[in-house]
Amino acid sequence: MALLRLQNATIRFGGLLAVKDLCFAIEEGELFGLIGPNGAGKTTVFNMITGVYSPTSGAILFDGKPIHGKAPHVIAASGIARTFQNIRLFTSMSVLENVLVSAHMRSSQGVLASVFRGPAFHREETAHREEAMRLLALFQLDKLADEAASSLPYGSQRRLEIARALATKPRLLLLDEPAAGMNPQEAADLMRLIRRIRDEFKVSILLVEHNMKVVMGVCERIQVVVHGEGIAMGAPAEIRKDAKVIEAYLGRE
Amino acid sequence: MKRIFFVLSTLSLLGLLQWGVTTLLLDGPIRQGPYYYQILILAGINIVLAVSLNLTNGIAGQFSIGHAGFFAVGAYMAASVSYYAGPAIRGLVGFLPLAGQDAAVLLLALAAAALATALAGLLVGIPSLRLRGDYLAIVTLGFGEIIRVLILNIDAVGGARGFSGIPKLSNFFWVYLLVAAVIATVGNLLRSSYGRAFIAIRENEIAAQAMGIDVTRHKVLAFVISSMFAGMAGCLFGHYTMYLHTNSFTFVKSFEIIIMIAIGGLGSIEGAVLGAVLLTVLPEAFRGFESYRMIIYSLALILIMIYRPQGILGQASVLKRLGARMAARRSAQGNVPVTAPAADGGNGG
Ligand SMILES: Nc1ncnc2c1ncn2[C@@H]1O[C@H](COP(=O)(O)OP(=O)(O)OP(=O)(O)O)[C@@H](O)[C@H]1O
Ligand SMILES: [Mg+2]
Repeated sequence: MALLRLQNATIRFGGLLAVKDLCFAIEEGELFGLIGPNGAGKTTVFNMITGVYSPTSGAILFDGKPIHGKAPHVIAASGIARTFQNIRLFTSMSVLENVLVSAHMRSSQGVLASVFRGPAFHREETAHREEAMRLLALFQLDKLADEAASSLPYGSQRRLEIARALATKPRLLLLDEPAAGMNPQEAADLMRLIRRIRDEFKVSILLVEHNMKVVMGVCERIQVVVHGEGIAMGAPAEIRKDAKVIEAYLGRE
Repeated sequence: MKRIFFVLSTLSLLGLLQWGVTTLLLDGPIRQGPYYYQILILAGINIVLAVSLNLTNGIAGQFSIGHAGFFAVGAYMAASVSYYAGPAIRGLVGFLPLAGQDAAVLLLALAAAALATALAGLLVGIPSLRLRGDYLAIVTLGFGEIIRVLILNIDAVGGARGFSGIPKLSNFFWVYLLVAAVIATVGNLLRSSYGRAFIAIRENEIAAQAMGIDVTRHKVLAFVISSMFAGMAGCLFGHYTMYLHTNSFTFVKSFEIIIMIAIGGLGSIEGAVLGAVLLTVLPEAFRGFESYRMIIYSLALILIMIYRPQGILGQASVLKRLGARMAARRSAQGNVPVTAPAADGGNGG
């Protein structure tokens, strides 16, 4: 059974049909790409999957169960995490605190326990901190744990967003243009990081990316959308040769 | 370790106040009259109001401008309990000495005020915090005015004449116990996963949701805790002044509390305390300018927004900054770099 399945997912913003009858399925542990020209509807697909918008029609199944129309925090808790195209870190928090935020949904300490701070509170807080530090170490961010998130250089902020998403312990990770603004060296590092994340965290990854080198190098299958409609799906080699894709990318001028 | 530090700092703050009272007041000015004692009490009440509002406005980032409304609900609720049910409560605990009976009445009044304002907070918070945007500001503004008009028309609490005959049950001890409670509650929540959830909501709601945080639930939670403490402050206020009038709970009072936290620094507990003390003491020092109060507040707010938008103390906790400075000095002596060099070279965007 596919981990994530979109069945005729459609969303309309007023008169604009941003995503139309989109169907694709991502398998457990798969590295899946979603590409298309600017404004094709890729970020909108992320927003539908994560519950920021509800599809106007169609269905989204996660692990066989419908998730469309559910609240974003419920979807996050069920195992879908994401990063944002325009970085959305908690800027006044430290690097460590950013990663710690998602521990809240797993915490068993209520309001009163958090005010009175018994031994159980401290045990849990310490465990969450240690776990977060281990995660930061995997991203070479552990030495910067106490720095303000906003003080990090751009590439590190992108990595911190991925680390923060992984801290929710997802089964599916959505990455929205993680290579944006990176130089070739950083992009190459990112490709290695993405593969490593899939292997170490046993997650499926849905990658939206304009950097074709990254998409083609990392993804096992790719879905192409143009004007909200799926026009092609297949392995990178097939996509590269697809006439419709070439037309969409090279233009019809 | 941190916990011990926090307890110690709270205790030493209380100790300092205690010292202040005995040396400054009991030995000196208090013999000149209860004037200074009253300022101390009002400062305490304002600290509770400012620190509690700061949880909603500063920490969770939701703008409430009706704190005085909850202050009023608590004050009138508690006063009604001790005025109407006081004798019955005393009868029930007649075996206690008089001071014990007083405490029993006050505690019940306090509980009633907390319950009533928590409920009011839920009723106001749930519908307005579910929506995106600044609905809370509009709704709380309306709430404050509606409550005032409502009280004016309830004869059992004195209506326009004011509510008199409230027993004097509150004093320095109770007020500063509540001050310690509100500082401990907000401070400890701030340093727990709740605090991180509140700040995450303030910083970026979409990202907070993506981290599994039920945004509406946490906004309402912060708002209800805020309202509850405002209500308890109202209880201690009424049982100190022994008289309540709706004039003490107008929009001007709400505005005053907002200025307290804006002056001290939105989101900072120490800042809220400082702001509350300043706005209690300064108007007393400039009594002659009473009628210009609102103008002066507005000017002060504008000046602060322009020259120091983060408030006098700013966001970061004073203790935290002090700790960081000490760590820096230690590492400078030991020649250990405080921070590792950044891993990445570029900083585009
Ligand atoms: N909330 C919204 N309301 C109205 N229109 C929207 C909304 N969100 C997205 N759109 C529109 O939907 C279309 C798809 O936008 P989307 O951001 O999903 O594109 P994208 O494929 O991610 O593009 P890019 O590669 O530039 O990031 C655009 O025309 C956009 O203007
Ligand atoms: Mg996009």
